[in-house]
Amino acid sequence: MNFDLRLPIGIMFSILGVLVATVGIASSKSSTVLGININLTWGIVMLIFGALMLFGAMRGRNKNEDGK
Amino acid sequence: MQSIHLGGIDYAILFTYFIFILGIGWTLKRYMKGSADFFLSGRSIPAWVTGLAFISANLGAQEVIGMAANGAKYGIMTSHFYWIGAIPAMVFLAIFMMPFYYGSKARSVPEYLKLRFDEKTRGLNAILFAVMTVFSSGISMHVFALLLGKLLNWDYNVCIALSAVIVLVYILLGGLTSAIYNEVLQFFMIVLGFTPLVFLALKDVGGWSALKEKLIPVATSQNFAPGTWTESWRHLGSYTDNPMTASWFSLVMGLGFVLSFGYWCTDFLVVQRAMAANSMSAARRTPLIAAFPKMLFPALVILPGMIAIAMYQAGDHFLPFVDNDPAKGLNYNMTIPMLLVKYFPTGMLGVGFTALMASFMSGMAGNVTAFNTVWTYDIYQSYFAPGKSDQHYLWMGRWATVGGILLSVCAAYAASSFNSIMDMLQLVFSFVNAPLLATFLLGMFWRRTTAHGAFGGLVGGLIVPNIFHGLALPDGATAGIKGGWLAHIVGMQPISFHSEMGQTLWTAIIAWTTCFALTILISLVTKPNKTDEQLAGLVYSLTPKPKSENEPWYEQPVTLGIIVLVVTIILNIIFW
Repeated sequence: MNFDLRLPIGIMFSILGVLVATVGIASSKSSTVLGININLTWGIVMLIFGALMLFGAMRGRNKNEDGK
Repeated sequence: MQSIHLGGIDYAILFTYFIFILGIGWTLKRYMKGSADFFLSGRSIPAWVTGLAFISANLGAQEVIGMAANGAKYGIMTSHFYWIGAIPAMVFLAIFMMPFYYGSKARSVPEYLKLRFDEKTRGLNAILFAVMTVFSSGISMHVFALLLGKLLNWDYNVCIALSAVIVLVYILLGGLTSAIYNEVLQFFMIVLGFTPLVFLALKDVGGWSALKEKLIPVATSQNFAPGTWTESWRHLGSYTDNPMTASWFSLVMGLGFVLSFGYWCTDFLVVQRAMAANSMSAARRTPLIAAFPKMLFPALVILPGMIAIAMYQAGDHFLPFVDNDPAKGLNYNMTIPMLLVKYFPTGMLGVGFTALMASFMSGMAGNVTAFNTVWTYDIYQSYFAPGKSDQHYLWMGRWATVGGILLSVCAAYAASSFNSIMDMLQLVFSFVNAPLLATFLLGMFWRRTTAHGAFGGLVGGLIVPNIFHGLALPDGATAGIKGGWLAHIVGMQPISFHSEMGQTLWTAIIAWTTCFALTILISLVTKPNKTDEQLAGLVYSLTPKPKSENEPWYEQPVTLGIIVLVVTIILNIIFW
């Protein structure tokens, strides 16, 4: 089956990461809990996770094409 | 009670998630050409995907909501569900049982029973399993709707319909593959959604050592030793020493061996994920890959419950009462949702809330895919319409999905009120999976086991614990669904247990022992119905050992299994 699950996971978490981080920047006061801007921090974490998944998917695709 | 006010951004996050799970189903639609694609994913899925789906399918309401509730009620002792329960069972499944499940090419757990024993054993198991999955999925749906209704002021019926329709659509489109792929998405959603929650709550309470301090009055106020909530093994000398009312024997035998091995090694809901793997090696690695994150889940699901009860004791009364009635005690099932409301601002609230929804849906979808397979292959194909075309069974599978969800909806409406969801599910499992474990152990490792023996053992293993259930009753409960009904009818004093948990553990032990003993006895006096040739690939002593495929060490099941066990032992010692 020619379907790499890392692709949708990567796209989805990148989108969620950007959304949440944007909220963190736009309203940093209400986003701050216990001294941490949780929206910005965790938005970036999700964005990095999404990017890593996308990176893996891209590498997998290149490998496949080389193999063929 | 405080309700959640989701902002526009939170709805956007929820909506994005729904788009992706439905999109995955839509993308997979073109691969669903035959019944093997729909029910078995064409045995084509890589190990990391089946591994994460393996835990995610079990990561339903009973896990997220129930384990947090148990964390509040029992403290760190709840980790026994993982560190002597799930993990050893998963290693055993991978190393010893998977070669027979995957190698026999059985399409389901009941079908293995047919190959190893006979039609009646398969039929009994298939029917019981089908009923159980419908109930599990119904309970999941019920809790989901109740929670959503309370939190968002949504209508109960709308919530039921919403969850039913989404799960229905993505399974109809992409079958088991769709369920498995979405379970992986749900796994990451849950981990990424709850990790910051636990982090914030732990920071707020002052870290682990401060939490330990704050849990001392929780224990002493209930007349337990100060460390009862933070030490998992030290208070198991006698059942009066801990809130679970368990002794080390009932815990290790009942929870560790019978219930956990029974669930993880024989329940088709989880085994089906491993059966969809693309090779024998991948199938055996599936439970082991699952074991690594599973080991750490107590931090994600039990810790929040412990934090919540510590805060409550210290005067922060954010947990609601059951039905808002102080006389009924705290509603521990609201732990996670209330922490979400307490700590997450709009934005992360959407993420946390989506994670909560994801956990409900993964549990439901797991049950539905297991149900449609068992119904179609083990019941419909065997008894109603044998010998039809593959397309016919694919058609039936789609309709079984619709039927399974409709039945779950009925079960959701019928779901009665139990103190804790986990206790109720365990009550059901103790009657169904516990004897089945004895059947499988004997079937796989003792070639002399006969079909009549297996069937007789299973029937006995279902009847005897039911009678015992009727004779036993937890303290303070009235005779009825919790036990004691038979004692009430015959007019004797019920056998008294200090808690439902204690009673359940013993019922499970009795169920297993009955089936084990009966199967051996009947096997010794009946003749085997299969020759050694027919049993090759199904029984340990008649199957060539899986030869090493020259994998690197990190792909060898035995090596991985040993690593998993060593880490688990270390975790047990740290929190001794």
